Amino acid sequence: MQTAIKRIIFFAAIIAFWEIGSRLEFWHPLIFPSLSSVFSALVEGFQDKTLIYDLIASFKRLAVGLTISLIIGTLIGILLGKSKTADETLGAVILALQSVPSIVWLPLAIMWFGLNEKAVIFVTILGGTFVMALNMRTGIKNVSPLYIKAAQTMGATGIDLFTRVIFPASIPYVVTGSRLAWAFAWRALMAGELLSTGPGLGYTLRYASDFGRMDIVIGVMIIIGAIGMIVDQFIFQRIEKSVIKKWGLES
Amino acid sequence: MFIEINDVNKQYNDKENRPVDVLKDINLSVEKGQFVSILGPSGCGKSTLLSIVAGLTKTTSGHIQIDGKTITKPGKDRGMVFQQAALFPWLTVMENVTFPLKKEMKKKDAEETALKYLQKVQLGKYISHYPHELSGGMQQRVAIARALAMNPETLLMDEPFGALDEQTRSRLHGQLETIWTETKKTILFVTHSISESIKLSDRIVVMGTKPGIILQDITVDIPRPREEHKKEMLEIEEHIMKYLKKEIDKVVSEELQYANSH
Ligand SMILES: Nc1ncnc2c1ncn2[C@@H]1O[C@H](COP(=O)(O)OP(=O)(O)OP(=O)(O)O)[C@@H](O)[C@H]1O
Ligand SMILES: [Mg+2]
Repeated sequence: MQTAIKRIIFFAAIIAFWEIGSRLEFWHPLIFPSLSSVFSALVEGFQDKTLIYDLIASFKRLAVGLTISLIIGTLIGILLGKSKTADETLGAVILALQSVPSIVWLPLAIMWFGLNEKAVIFVTILGGTFVMALNMRTGIKNVSPLYIKAAQTMGATGIDLFTRVIFPASIPYVVTGSRLAWAFAWRALMAGELLSTGPGLGYTLRYASDFGRMDIVIGVMIIIGAIGMIVDQFIFQRIEKSVIKKWGLES
Repeated sequence: MFIEINDVNKQYNDKENRPVDVLKDINLSVEKGQFVSILGPSGCGKSTLLSIVAGLTKTTSGHIQIDGKTITKPGKDRGMVFQQAALFPWLTVMENVTFPLKKEMKKKDAEETALKYLQKVQLGKYISHYPHELSGGMQQRVAIARALAMNPETLLMDEPFGALDEQTRSRLHGQLETIWTETKKTILFVTHSISESIKLSDRIVVMGTKPGIILQDITVDIPRPREEHKKEMLEIEEHIMKYLKKEIDKVVSEELQYANSH
């Protein structure tokens, strides 16, 4: 409760400063529009449904991109976790690629797929894949040898051992990997849309910027941030917490 | 003999990659249905020996036969209970106990079998709990039920009650004794508690350390329930104490040496 009160006071102060500052013209509205104009831009966007179409378009791309990146990431992670040779070769490459912001792939993606949805989805996939792969790999490597030994004395070997023990034992890392993959994919998607074609939140943001509509720009930024935070806090952190508890990883 | 351990040696490499003897010339025969404790100071190789019998660790030389068959890998004929319960946290108590039964039984039969053994350890009411919702003693009982449920000929137990408090431990001793009398499994029970080994076993194999060797093989000929024969138990305890003291002194002086040289 304490934190909630602190937060409310903090946000109220920011909002008050923003609105009062704008009204007293501490800064020009073209440089930073007032809260009320941002708010009405948002209302207008939702009323004429443009923002709703943008949201749907963005989420469609994200759903496709994130799903593919989770599947590929999991498979690569399993390969790295199980094969020492793959880990020593491909693993090093994945580690390097993970530190490259996926948006830098866009020029190549545009060459390969054209300036279209495919290029944006490709960048989104790259955004999530590597972090998922690295977490999956760590998960598999960190499975307690005790679980494996216990399973072996109960007759589990090979694929059976993997699907019934090693993979489920690494679920906490799968959840963390998915959470980070979502965050990276979301950022990659917004960057991709910003530089590509619409509809989509990122596209609308650039379109508004071209017309000097900073109220819409800030409105869309708020939406992007709010979605990122809500999905992280209310979906992934909750799953992560319950998994950590169930898997006995609480300290 | 049911279990035959023949000239087993085990070496591990130390940090400088020099081989160190962990088990040296271990020979041991165990009759079917016998309850044998393996007793010895920390680090003498008890877990290693048990793990070799389980088929989880390879010998450097020598071999082990059970019922005439040489052990090369783990098998369901040997159930193992570890010091930590080693339950799978993502499975319920019931799912943990049916884990080894999935392949050979229908779901319903597996669950019936599991329930039978869970009731033997007084956990029939906890089948849908997850391991993290159970106390340490309860978890260990589930692990025992799980090992029993696959109906192994041999039960290997590595300090199964080591992490529990005295009262829980004493209650579980009673339960284990009952289970053993009912099922007549052959049990190899690793412990470093002298009183625990005297209370439970037909025979105590005392091990010494550096390298791990068998020092003594003591038959415990006290009728059960043993609580009624405190005097005889005490005599054996003193006898073993005297023997182990030398070994423990050895460990302590080595540790002192190590501490002084670093
Ligand atoms: N994988 C390993 N690699 C190297 N040395 C090992 C390994 N496993 C065990 N050892 C060594 O072998 C010796 C015996 O270990 P073991 O775990 O069998 O002892 P223990 O009798 O079970 O001891 P405790 O009562 O403390 O459990 C120890 O000195 C240990 O350091
Ligand atoms: Mg041990």
